[in-house]
Amino acid sequence: MAFEPVLLRNVGKPGVRQVAGYREAGGYKGLEKALGMEPDAVIEEVKASGLRGRGGAGFPAGLKWSFIPKGNDKPKYLVCNADESEPGTFKDRILMEQDPQQLIEGCAICCWAVSANTCYIYIRGEYVEQAEILEEAIRDAYANGILGDDVMGSGFKLDMYVHRGAGAYICGEETGMLESLEGRRGQPRIKPPFPAVVGAFGCPTVINNVETLCNVPHILERGADWYKSIGTDERNTGPKLYCVSGHVEKPGTYEFPIGVTMNQLIDTCGGMWRGAKLKAFIPGGASAAILPAKHADLPLDFDQLAKAGSMLGSAAVIVMDENTDIVRAVHRLAKFFNHESCGQCTPCREGTNWSELVLKKILAGKGNPGDAELILRICRNMGGTTLCALADAAVGPLRSLVQNFPEEIAAWIDNGGAGAEPRRYFAEEVLV
Amino acid sequence: MSEASEPRLPEEIREAIDALRPRYPTEEALLLPALHMAQRHWDGWLPDEAIAAVAHELNLTPAKVYGVVTFYDLYHQNPVGRHRLRVCTNLPCALRGAEEVLDSLRSHLQVDEDEVTADGKCSFVHFECLGACEQAPMMMVDDDYHAHLTPESVRRIVEELD
Ligand SMILES: Cc1cc2nc3c(=O)[nH]c(=O)nc-3n(C[C@H](O)[C@H](O)[C@H](O)COP(=O)(O)O)c2cc1C
Ligand code: FES
Repeated sequence: MAFEPVLLRNVGKPGVRQVAGYREAGGYKGLEKALGMEPDAVIEEVKASGLRGRGGAGFPAGLKWSFIPKGNDKPKYLVCNADESEPGTFKDRILMEQDPQQLIEGCAICCWAVSANTCYIYIRGEYVEQAEILEEAIRDAYANGILGDDVMGSGFKLDMYVHRGAGAYICGEETGMLESLEGRRGQPRIKPPFPAVVGAFGCPTVINNVETLCNVPHILERGADWYKSIGTDERNTGPKLYCVSGHVEKPGTYEFPIGVTMNQLIDTCGGMWRGAKLKAFIPGGASAAILPAKHADLPLDFDQLAKAGSMLGSAAVIVMDENTDIVRAVHRLAKFFNHESCGQCTPCREGTNWSELVLKKILAGKGNPGDAELILRICRNMGGTTLCALADAAVGPLRSLVQNFPEEIAAWIDNGGAGAEPRRYFAEEVLV
Repeated sequence: MSEASEPRLPEEIREAIDALRPRYPTEEALLLPALHMAQRHWDGWLPDEAIAAVAHELNLTPAKVYGVVTFYDLYHQNPVGRHRLRVCTNLPCALRGAEEVLDSLRSHLQVDEDEVTADGKCSFVHFECLGACEQAPMMMVDDDYHAHLTPESVRRIVEELD
């Protein structure tokens, strides 16, 4: 049976940004159903679905919700992570642009389940248009009794606000985001305490990615069993958005049951750009290890990618053809992590800087035979030694350069890049 | 300095900030929204007087506000052009020729990154992934995204700005 899109089913449908149009397309049945259930039963349903976080770490969503303490001594919050700054990722933008009510519905169900009366959607500052679309959709939801003092006539009170960031990758890290929301530099916090206990404004807080929350209405409406029937196995369930970029003919956001392969994605994207051959791909955004083409038939799910030494991450699939210089590609990513390190932790601040410098030196034709080992040493010093996972993210592509593409780095070190054309960056003929 | 000459936010921004107050349990949380508004008012950047005005409005020290301003890429501490161009050069865009687009823009504008053209019209920077890699190579002009750039089209887009 052909797979019917779930998360993207409303793309291109006129009027769905408003409550009326969204309802006509079948929306708000999940929230209606949830409001008729006990909050704990909603959490159980989401747990049973196997839904894992789509923001990067793949943490089970229902389990996260169950960590929120019961009782009313403190307000509780949901902060929706719409920071979407992992290079290669653009699925949350599509979800917010095309179907903002779906996100509002998912947020509302989560709030009901954990008894939160306030939800902030923290959206990256560059998404100006998307923030306006969300504001407009939220206004319409208030006007139609979906938000406000009496959510769908249930007596449940829920306020929802859009909060714009101001340009910083680290604010996608959940505690960096909380600091930013509270009006500070986005420097991650020490954990524990975890946000479920001490989160936004010192109160219990759920943080979930946009795509994670967009799955929730469908789980409630159609049931955990239906949801679980999609995907590779019981640890990798549900539909998944893959953002394909780089050297394919038609880059874009594509929805598949979790566990599609690189080769299937390339086919869906109209093949490789100008018919070139696949050399390598990054399956899960800039933080994921780069895999060589031989993994193109691997199901892209949480566990199979972890086994292959990479990760599903944000499912940002960056495709690189045979003309790509992997050392240059990793240097660009190292530059990104250096720029985005918040500077709190020494291993990250220094490690991201040194890794960029070493790669720059290699690309200047001044590499030494020990540089591959030097890169691995920098990785060892950065990995697992910091407050947040940005340093581990920086290690992903770095280590994979040495481990999966030793010949590329050796070519630069042995002959100083002789033969590599210095300015033409990645593709033989870059533009038409 | 006397009380009266100290920088203050214009009335309409103070009202807009007041309208947001019920959304947050703390005053400090209004800082990012307030800085966005102030930057719009001060022609796209945040001079010392803007920082002082925001600090006063939210009962924060200027040092604290300054610390936040320096953390985020979208806040500027130096004058910018009437139009701000942010060219994405992260990997997915680079794979489709972003460096060549940036070179073309630089030689066309005859200024370097973060400098303002003599007529005050433009300033540009390279930028990290803007979340639109399917449109690569792409850039942001003020608040708008421009897709599928070429070294030629980027010059044309600049020419068409007022
Ligand atoms: C450096 C860094 C950047 C991150 N950026 C994002 C992001 O842009 N969007 C996102 O949803 N999660 C991001 N995360 C993951 C969040 O910390 C968090 O795990 C996630 O929002 C939880 O939601 P989920 O369980 O629904 O995935 C980032 C993590 C790190 C370490
Ligand atoms: S890399 Fe340019 S928009 Fe993502």
